[in-house]
Amino acid sequence: MLNKFDIQIREGQEHAVIETAGYLNDALGEKLSEKARELIQNGHTQLVINLEKTTLINSIGISILIEIIEALEEREGTLNFCGLSATQERTFKMMALAKYAGIFPDEESAIANL
Amino acid sequence: MSLEHKVLLTIPMYPDMELAAAKTASVLAELMDFEEGQVEEIQLAIIETCINAFEHSQSDDNAVHIEFLLSEDQLQFKIMDRGVGITPDILDGSRLLGTPGVHPDLRKRGRGLQIVRSLMDEVDIESSSNGTTVSVIKRKSRRTA
Repeated sequence: MLNKFDIQIREGQEHAVIETAGYLNDALGEKLSEKARELIQNGHTQLVINLEKTTLINSIGISILIEIIEALEEREGTLNFCGLSATQERTFKMMALAKYAGIFPDEESAIANL
Repeated sequence: MSLEHKVLLTIPMYPDMELAAAKTASVLAELMDFEEGQVEEIQLAIIETCINAFEHSQSDDNAVHIEFLLSEDQLQFKIMDRGVGITPDILDGSRLLGTPGVHPDLRKRGRGLQIVRSLMDEVDIESSSNGTTVSVIKRKSRRTA
């Protein structure tokens, strides 16, 4: 189909970064959720999701990000986002994601503020 | 672009086909010299409107019909389905879909039209048992010299 997507994981000692590329809809969202659950189960409760290569995020993708926020809260973890476009950041604020997760311009600052 | 132009597109209600509408909207908005951020807003608005039709219309023809109207200072698109119509709770965003989460303000689903309203200048919805038409207008932002 039209949507080509990819997920990259970078694991540090105390954190992990998930980088998504493509259109964040139900399909990519489910893959992202699966990777996040694996990381959380393996003890990574400090996560960064890098959305720099994620061109569009629909409301279903956002709902999956909310589920990841809630899964991390159960483990007293932290989630920071980075690489959002201005429109994505505005949408995240409107959907209240920004109240429960940090938003940073780049991966380095997102990791530093975990 | 001084004259009004019309572009028609029909997409089937298949997964990811909302991207075909978004890409068409993106090309038209770029041709009209919309700013980059506004192009993304238009893409997201059309995606959410299409997904809404996919999820709620139950139309027999399994298709969404889109009419783009291009004029000097605005892009209008009308997204039409021939389905059963949408209920007021979907229209006003009060319907909570999905599993309620820990935080009431973090609602998982049912906020697509709220996103559209927040990104676009005008949104008008007409819905009946014969189908739904969502008419959306995005005006070009005025650039400062």
